[in-house]
Amino acid sequence: MTYLTKPKFHHPSLPKNALGYTRRDYEAATSTLCAGCGHDSISAAIIEASFELAIEPHRVAKISGIGCSSKTPTYFLGASHGFNSVHGRMPSVLTGANLANRDLIYLGISGDGDSASIGFGQFAHALRRGVNMTYIVENNGVYGLTKGQFSATADRGSKSKKGAVNTDNAIDLVAMALQLGATFVARSFSGDKKQLVPIIKAAITHRGAAFIDVISPCIAFNNHPGSTKSLDYVRAHNEAVNALDIMIGRDAITVDYEPGKVVEVTQHDGSVLTLRKLNDDYDPSDRLAAMNFLQQEAAKGRIVTGLLYVDGEADDLHRHFNTVPTPLNQLNEPELCPGSKVLDKINAGLR
Amino acid sequence: MPLTAVNDFVIRFANVNGSGSASANEMFARAIMRMGIPMSPRNVFPSNIQGLPTWYEVRVTEADHLGARGGTDIMVAMNPQTYNADVASVEPDGYLIYDSTRAMPPGKPRSDINLIGIPLTAICNKEYSDPRQRQLFKNIICIGALSALLDMDIAELEKLVGEQYRSKEKLIQPNIHALHLGRAYAEANFKCPIGLKLKRSDKIGDRILIEGNAAAALGAVYGGATVCAWYPITPSSSVAENFTKFCGKYRHDPATGEARYAIVQAEDEIASIGMVVGAAWNGARAFTATSGPGISLMQELFGFAYFAEIPSVIIDVQRAGPSTGMPTRTQQCDLINCAYASHGDTKHVLLMPEDAAEAFEFTAGAFDYADRLQTPVFVLLDLDIGMNHRLCRPLQWDDARLYDRGKVMTAADLEAGKDFGRYTDVDGDAIPFRTYPGTHPTKGGYFTRGTSHDARAKYSEEGADYVEGMQRLLRKHETAKGILPRPLRRDAAKPTRFGVIYYGSTAPAMLEAAEILTARGHTLDLMRVRAFPFHQDVASFIADHDFVFIVEQNRDAQLRSLIVNELDIDPVRLVPILHYDGTSITARFISGAIGDRLDALKVTPLRKAMS
Repeated sequence: MTYLTKPKFHHPSLPKNALGYTRRDYEAATSTLCAGCGHDSISAAIIEASFELAIEPHRVAKISGIGCSSKTPTYFLGASHGFNSVHGRMPSVLTGANLANRDLIYLGISGDGDSASIGFGQFAHALRRGVNMTYIVENNGVYGLTKGQFSATADRGSKSKKGAVNTDNAIDLVAMALQLGATFVARSFSGDKKQLVPIIKAAITHRGAAFIDVISPCIAFNNHPGSTKSLDYVRAHNEAVNALDIMIGRDAITVDYEPGKVVEVTQHDGSVLTLRKLNDDYDPSDRLAAMNFLQQEAAKGRIVTGLLYVDGEADDLHRHFNTVPTPLNQLNEPELCPGSKVLDKINAGLR
Repeated sequence: MPLTAVNDFVIRFANVNGSGSASANEMFARAIMRMGIPMSPRNVFPSNIQGLPTWYEVRVTEADHLGARGGTDIMVAMNPQTYNADVASVEPDGYLIYDSTRAMPPGKPRSDINLIGIPLTAICNKEYSDPRQRQLFKNIICIGALSALLDMDIAELEKLVGEQYRSKEKLIQPNIHALHLGRAYAEANFKCPIGLKLKRSDKIGDRILIEGNAAAALGAVYGGATVCAWYPITPSSSVAENFTKFCGKYRHDPATGEARYAIVQAEDEIASIGMVVGAAWNGARAFTATSGPGISLMQELFGFAYFAEIPSVIIDVQRAGPSTGMPTRTQQCDLINCAYASHGDTKHVLLMPEDAAEAFEFTAGAFDYADRLQTPVFVLLDLDIGMNHRLCRPLQWDDARLYDRGKVMTAADLEAGKDFGRYTDVDGDAIPFRTYPGTHPTKGGYFTRGTSHDARAKYSEEGADYVEGMQRLLRKHETAKGILPRPLRRDAAKPTRFGVIYYGSTAPAMLEAAEILTARGHTLDLMRVRAFPFHQDVASFIADHDFVFIVEQNRDAQLRSLIVNELDIDPVRLVPILHYDGTSITARFISGAIGDRLDALKVTPLRKAMS
């Protein structure tokens, strides 16, 4: 936790993005989380991703639930509207917000308690509806704000700080997201910024339900020997299947890759996701294979990370509803109210 | 002596759920309306799709008494399962119409009623070979027979058949044939008409026949709702279904066919209200429709919307609780649960329409109130209003009317240097300005939270900040009193010490009861409450009377409690009159309950006792 407020001025030579913004323009209030919290690294990755994508900060709506993770929207994108909702209900609030204005970028921030326990239902239904959003779970396997109870993503056999052993099976949110039809599914690690930033960028450019499970060790309550979500454990068991580059627009790929080592996915907006394979057998466009691979690796005790599945042809809820391109919140009487003449006709039909 | 009356009787059809009786019965009711005679139909049905008993009641009432009357003058007993109870419920000297093809179940025969046996099954079986046709046409043949027995204009029925099957023309003639089969049998075998009969009148005027749920859905269309999130629950489902139907007709871009609305059938009521709150936060007009159990589930987000000041509209079609209660029976039992919904100190705006016409107006208005007051607004319907066709004045819309979006700061306002504090009371009406997300690159952004916040939306656990916010919310409710529909007062011709307060679906029965009581020599001043928080007129009305009867449809006198609590009234002066068995409240019940008390009371007026 930083106690000193950051000065507002910044060095004139700070790099600027295409909009002329510096990284500082994507920052916000100082974090009040524990020093060294993985969640702060995720906030930093969101800031970096937004800067690199040159997003207008005010065109982002950041929506969260309750818990340590859900507090983090206060700590990034200070110019954006934020919505810290109630426990487990971020997905429904985000869905409603998205319906009202399809033009904004929706960042849903949640935790493992928020999404795998109290909000498991809403997590599932928002994904299956294909809401256009980036849904990030900051997953530490533990209830931090209430001081260290197991969450539903805690692995069976994992030990709590107080020494209790978890006997319940863990919920694998990535496996769930794949099964539920999310069109972009990734897993990353808060300690691996190089992997996480491009994944967030790709998720934001994806039109459809993008889900990212970020393992984010809880320094205070879940970083001890015996925990399967500690920094050391995750580092030792991390199995990255690919490394991601993202190209906005249709720029030619300049980096030379070894033939057969690259998968390209072109998305609706023209962005090209270039995946450098770290595992030759892994194909991120095959949902069934991804599900199998994840199960096999999990059985071996490995945590698979990377962009695990992406559907370049994804659709979203607005396309399903065939809604008008104008955001619904900008429609007025002429578009919405059928008027008195129509009402007279309706009346006449009821006599 | 058989009952005799013209345009004044109650006929009840006892049917089996899912037998196709509903559309035939409705045609019967509508034909009476077309004859210019006021009538009031009601469905009585179980929480089931097929096989259980249902009843359809039509009160024919030249005097325009649209509330339920109680009692049955003519029973059309088509359900063997309920036959004995149905026979027992006929008023003395009333009529029993039954299918005489087979012997009815053994039971206590009644010598004090008039039996009219029509061999409906036999007529059907002779005419039709297809089992489905036999079933459907049986209902129509029965209506045909009734047309003769009651002297109904057959031309009106024929016209209705033509309208109903406009798109399936080959069904028109067979249906008309079936009507005449029944009519001919009745004419040949009974003295027609019987003592109870219809006579063309002119009491309908320009009124329409519509269900409250459909009217509320139309209100949402006219009121500019673009997002509807809901979860199916009786008796509210037809609100969302009608909204879907009307949007399909009136809310598509004529050029592209694209939708100017979004309707989500959510995974539960919690998600429904979450979507409504999210959409409304983002500047769309959004609503959900639900019933009591849904209201219970939505509590947490009601409190959030109240505290974070997010407009939202909730249509609650009340049914009998607690728990699953009687899902297909009516009550006014969610009043307190809505008024004080959620933990902590909360108070919400309630609207209480009396019928379909007000359901339309109040639902359309609810979006204006919600946007203006930046708070949840509940439209309290009930099953009696929502799921029954009711005669009411035509729905009206003023084309000059603009939506009141409330205090929304625009990019231009911000650019011009207007100061924005999300929870700052700048105008003295306790209503702050808000911005829609995405308005301005550098100004007007704020954080919405359910945690305590200061006037500029910053997280704060300072006692002073919290208290200031909570006090402002109270003041906002004062502002609401001046905006919401006022209570309507109707004083008796001569001064009286007694008043009555009532609301919602009790209205038609109450007005009729007042007539009955006047005839008994009891005069009463009436006040119909239409919104909460209560307008000052409610307190004045109570102050003007020694005793005020509070008539409502729940066990615990919820409106009375709300009045006692909010207006600091001595409970002794508020006499509860409670009807809560799930059936529609009747004038007979109200006039009986109030009349008996007035007869028995012979109270010394407070003023006299004290002087």
